[in-house]
Amino acid sequence: MTLREADGEVAVLPRWFPTNQGGLCQKGWTAAELLDHPDRLTTALLRDPASGELRPASWDAALDRIVTGIRTVQANHGRDAVAVFGGGGLTNEKAYALGKFARVVLRTRHIDYNGRFCMSSAAAAGMRAFGVDRGLPFPLADLGTADTLLLVGANPAETMPPLVRWLTEQRRRGGRLIVVDPRVTATARQADLHLQPLPGTDLAVANALLHIALAEGFVDHSYVAGRTTGFDEVRRAVAEWWPARAEALSGVSVADLETTARALGGARRAIILTARGAEQHAKGVDTVTGYVNLALALGLPGRPGSGYGCLTGQGNGQGGREHGQKADQLPGYRRIDNLADREHVAAIWGVPAEEIPGPGVPAYRLLDSLGTPDGPKALLVFGSNPVVSAPRAARIEGRLRDLDLLVVVDFLRSETAALADVVLPTAQWAEEDGTMTNLEGRVLRRRALRTPPPGVRTDLELLAALATALEQGPGRPAGRDRGPALSPEPAVVFEELRAASAGGLADYAGISWERIDAQEGVFWPCPELDRPDTPRLFADRFSTPDGRARFHAVQHRPAAEQVCATYPLHFTTGRVLAQYQSGTQTRRVPALRRAAPAAFIELHPDVADRLGVADGEPVRVRSRRGELIAPARLSSAIRPDTVFAPFHWGGIARANTVTNDAVDPISGMPEFKICAVRVEKVAAT
Amino acid sequence: MTDRIVIIGNGMAGTRLASELSARGGDRKVTAFGTEPHRAYNRIMLSTLLAGAIGEPDVQLAEAAGHGIDLHTGVCVTAIDREDRAVRTDRGDRVHYDHLVLATGSRAVVPPLTGLTGGELPARVVPFRTLDDCRRILAVADRARRVLVLGGGLLGLEAARGLAGRGLEVTVVHPVPYLMERQLDPTAAAVLARTLADLGVTTQLAVPATAVLADSHGVRLELADGRSFDADLLVLACGVRPDTALATAANLAVGRGVLVDDQLRTSDRRISAIGDCAQHGDTLTGLVAPAWAQARVLAQVLSGADPSARYRPRPAVTRLKTAGIDLAAMGDPGDGPGEELTFTDPASGTYARLRINHERLTAAILVGDNPSVGTVIQLFDRGQPVPSDRRSLLLGRALGTGPAEPATTPALMPAAATVCHCNNVDKGTLVESWRRGARTVDEVVAATRAGTGCGSCRDAVAGITDWLSTVESVEVER
Repeated sequence: MTLREADGEVAVLPRWFPTNQGGLCQKGWTAAELLDHPDRLTTALLRDPASGELRPASWDAALDRIVTGIRTVQANHGRDAVAVFGGGGLTNEKAYALGKFARVVLRTRHIDYNGRFCMSSAAAAGMRAFGVDRGLPFPLADLGTADTLLLVGANPAETMPPLVRWLTEQRRRGGRLIVVDPRVTATARQADLHLQPLPGTDLAVANALLHIALAEGFVDHSYVAGRTTGFDEVRRAVAEWWPARAEALSGVSVADLETTARALGGARRAIILTARGAEQHAKGVDTVTGYVNLALALGLPGRPGSGYGCLTGQGNGQGGREHGQKADQLPGYRRIDNLADREHVAAIWGVPAEEIPGPGVPAYRLLDSLGTPDGPKALLVFGSNPVVSAPRAARIEGRLRDLDLLVVVDFLRSETAALADVVLPTAQWAEEDGTMTNLEGRVLRRRALRTPPPGVRTDLELLAALATALEQGPGRPAGRDRGPALSPEPAVVFEELRAASAGGLADYAGISWERIDAQEGVFWPCPELDRPDTPRLFADRFSTPDGRARFHAVQHRPAAEQVCATYPLHFTTGRVLAQYQSGTQTRRVPALRRAAPAAFIELHPDVADRLGVADGEPVRVRSRRGELIAPARLSSAIRPDTVFAPFHWGGIARANTVTNDAVDPISGMPEFKICAVRVEKVAAT
Repeated sequence: MTDRIVIIGNGMAGTRLASELSARGGDRKVTAFGTEPHRAYNRIMLSTLLAGAIGEPDVQLAEAAGHGIDLHTGVCVTAIDREDRAVRTDRGDRVHYDHLVLATGSRAVVPPLTGLTGGELPARVVPFRTLDDCRRILAVADRARRVLVLGGGLLGLEAARGLAGRGLEVTVVHPVPYLMERQLDPTAAAVLARTLADLGVTTQLAVPATAVLADSHGVRLELADGRSFDADLLVLACGVRPDTALATAANLAVGRGVLVDDQLRTSDRRISAIGDCAQHGDTLTGLVAPAWAQARVLAQVLSGADPSARYRPRPAVTRLKTAGIDLAAMGDPGDGPGEELTFTDPASGTYARLRINHERLTAAILVGDNPSVGTVIQLFDRGQPVPSDRRSLLLGRALGTGPAEPATTPALMPAAATVCHCNNVDKGTLVESWRRGARTVDEVVAATRAGTGCGSCRDAVAGITDWLSTVESVEVER
């Protein structure tokens, strides 16, 4: 989008771009309304020990409190007692700086981010299959030319409306759209075929689809032989998933499974996409792997116009996971446990490689350890609101309260900021330069329209200031003269990021801001300035050591929590069109609040009937972890064995009070998408 | 904790148990014996193999492997010595156990017809049960034109369909007046028979066979009514019988199968039985789902993961789904108490009959294109309440959830009807923009942002703009 400022008002103007074709949803149109919002934080806040209230304070006082707090905690409990929590909305420069700040300045191993709740299962599955994780290994426009497009657990009509233009284009050309979702979503309504499985059974569906593809001769055996390894194990694993078995488990009829397998197998160009519905499970990595296996067996990845991809959930969900705010990673998608990777990055950072800490723990484990005897005692939060977005949120809220020091950097008083000891007001997107990497792996520019209001600093400025304050002053061991650890200038940080990522999987060395401006974004990997970038991956080889994609045999397993007599219904969560993530921003935009004013519980009329609940009456959803109360929204678009709630709201309407904190053993992804609940009528007061 | 477990049988049940035990870790030795020489395979896929769509590697199953797992294929256990807690094999080995599991499966029944009673079957007469049976059938089928299948139950029809899929002329001979009489009612069976006829499978019903004459050139089946049929191959699908020989010889309690309790224990507490060879209560399973459920329970008990685990049988669902045939049957479709829903469309070969009692499905027969089949099976399997709108059980998911019908004319749309969901624009707002001077679609879009998100309401916006240009004055309800 383009912004224009006139008479102090910032107006959003759509801009034609190959990804969105100029499309904007209401969240985009209204994004500028937060710039001068009355709730905007323009001063630092410090918790007053006497009253317990957050009170305005000077930056110096706030930084002083943070530096003292960090030094005290680290002196008493060691370096790892301070943790950093980032976000998938931060620019590449900020994500990079945050990782460097944690490893070089704080020298803690504990850094992770909210992308763990978003992309981590797809990332891990992509990494182990293809040797690289780029959400879409092809431009989004390829969706428009697919003969068959399979969307698994994706609802772009509500979560990413401009993408639907490609679905419309695809169907206009005669392509088939097949959607897998337990709810009849706005996206499912547009599909030629909608598979409506029981939540938690997507992997069985994937294995059955591959079973059928094998039985009906759709497997591309020369591709499997020439470009992959490990197929025999997968073939034996899916032999267990004859379609009638998947049908009884998932409720998707054999006929629909067969139609889907044939539509994919018989297509010249076929694309399989997964999103959070398939990924936010304690078996999320295996579920994605099931669909990757299917794509590989059909010979799709690397074939022009075909492939597997995942739909990124946050603004910089892709770039945010490439440059070092993930517990196990260094910039350029390098591994923190790989010696050569550590040495490369250490050289850029000007520190000995052995000084870089080892891997930390994934987000939920990190949050759940806060304030415990062995866990961090101080936490710095950037661009995230875990009080609303973390699973089993009441427990995490308690952990945050147990901290000695909680610092939240935000431009609004989020539910997490409300718990903080120190809140630092930060700049918004229209007030800073930088880059973002979109779901296609295309690096884009963000350009500042204006400077932040007085009293507000950018994340990079405050990280630089904190770094300087922590590196100086009394109480620090006399050390080498490193010079300033962090630059406040995004252009300088980007140059450093280029060098740090050079030779890595996500290689930005050949990307400059000028080059991004000159072409319509630059696709990584892009190692050299004067060589083309990489819109499409895998044409000749995969990014594994031997260049072959890897099959992994995966098996369905039940959800971590099963329905029972006490908790007889499945509970699943998701987004609505007019709200975003934890709602901190979108709940404050009047037009969006009008469109989606409050949380609701979507339930089937039959369930409501049994409870004696009418549409709009408040109901309580209770799990073993807590309860949520919101008005009932009756809809036959949901299965009668399942209830749904959006997760954008806090307080009593917080869906994540109810969700399960079981996590995927590989990715650390929590099981947001299924747990067992009971629904009760709330007695009128 | 049991240290040495011996499993007799490497079929669907035995393989599963070995995998389940292996997945639970622990320091125990599992020794499994399979009579067949091949690696474990999926019996369910044999009819697909017969149809020629897949090859033998495609029916292989993953086998438990690694620490503590010792698999011997092509080895036959010949006796159980309960005193010494050991089994003897045809290789002369003696293997001790702390716990023994019988997963010996079942054998195809060879009917006592003249010509089939002399031990070895003629080359052109083959039962349909094992991978080797499949190989024998395919060896003959390669040069065959006509095939007879004796037995119109599930297995016989799967074989018939598979062989018809290879282009062979197939006749099913069944002694009962209608097909799959254990699962279907006469109406459903008649629909099925018509469907089969369209697929090149003819059926001869209500007539027992009396004799088989076979030589190297062909096979003749003689029927009780005096007719006879000539063919190149006769496939026997006359049911199966639990293989209880070892159990009987070891003096375990045996009924029709080896008798087991809820923990799959036989009359000897150190011996269990699962799968086709086991009889739980009055029931012989004969299907994969209960065999795997038994394997899971037994693994929980033997591994100590849940020593009190109990096998709770779930009602069986019979499913026949091949190209051109879609059949599901569950429960006893006889006349019980409660409601009955039926749907019949003879022209398309579709039939559905569902029985409901106390808001639960008690039985269902679905033949043909029934879009609700997945839902029906799941409701039955999980014992969940049926939808109050019973039609959805017959007609599928489409009810009430399809795309909204566009209003025939924008005049009839309420002003509050949302036209653009992405930007939350209703018809009234579009009308208002017209009143304020927007006259083209682009101008209406620019004024309201309708159509700027996903773009799918663009046609509706254009339609409303057209309508506005044809009406002289617009009454806007607010």
